Amino acid sequence: MKYNLDVTKEHCPMTFVKVKVKLSQIAIGDILDVLLCNGEPLENVPRSAEEQGHRILETRKDGEHFHVMIEKRVEPPKEN
Amino acid sequence: MAIETKKLSIICFSGDFDKAVAAFTLASGAAAVNWDVNVFFTFWGLNILKKKQGRRFIGKGLLARLFNFLMGGSHNLPLSRLNFGGISPGLMTKMMKKRNVATLQELIESAKQLNVKLIACEMAMHILGLTRADLVDEVKEVIGVPTFLEYSKNGQIIFIS
Repeated sequence: MKYNLDVTKEHCPMTFVKVKVKLSQIAIGDILDVLLCNGEPLENVPRSAEEQGHRILETRKDGEHFHVMIEKRVEPPKEN
Repeated sequence: MAIETKKLSIICFSGDFDKAVAAFTLASGAAAVNWDVNVFFTFWGLNILKKKQGRRFIGKGLLARLFNFLMGGSHNLPLSRLNFGGISPGLMTKMMKKRNVATLQELIESAKQLNVKLIACEMAMHILGLTRADLVDEVKEVIGVPTFLEYSKNGQIIFIS
C-alpha cells in the first residue's frame, strides 16, 4: 500500500519523528510518500530512513517542496 | 545491511520548562534517527515525570509533601529565565504552537512513542518520598548510578542542569 505524509509544516525534530512513527505503523513493502521542505529535512529524512534499513525509491521536486518515496524494508527494533 | 546503532544518554537534572524542551527535543530527535536513547531523571527533573501534572501533596512525609506541592508537575515547570511568576511557560507554549514547533507535551509523547527509555533516579525519589506509582507508566526503571553507567556505556552522555 501507499501512504502519504506531509511534514512541510513541521520543524526539527518532528519532521524525523513523524516519518519514523509512520514507518513503524505500516507494513514491510509499503511505500511512504513524504512531502517535505528543502534543507535539513531533505538532507536527513532520506539518510536516516536508509540508515534504518529502508529504501529510497525516488526523490522528486514538487514546486518548492520535495517528495521522498520510502519503501519500508525492516521492522524497528522492539522496545528495549 | 547491518544497522548501526548509536547511543545517547541524557541526564535531566533540571526541572525547568526550557531545559525539559531541550532534553526531549534531543531525545526524540535522536530516537527518530535510530539512536538508542536513555533519559535519566534526577532531582528537579523528576517533576517532569510525575503522574499528577499539577500541584499535589504527594510523597511520604510532611516536608516531602510540601516540596512536591511547591514544585508541582509537568504543568508547573518554570522557565529558567524570565519566568514572570509562572506566566512565561504558557506564553512560550503558545508561541511554539503558533510557529508549528512541537510543544513539550508533544515532544514527551513522541519520545514515548519512539521507545525512548525513561528512567528515574532512585536516590532523588527517596529524598522526595516518591514511589514509582507517582511517576508516569512509561518510566521503565528506577535505578542508581552503577546501572545508569552500565546503560550509557559506549555511548554519549549529556547532562542538563
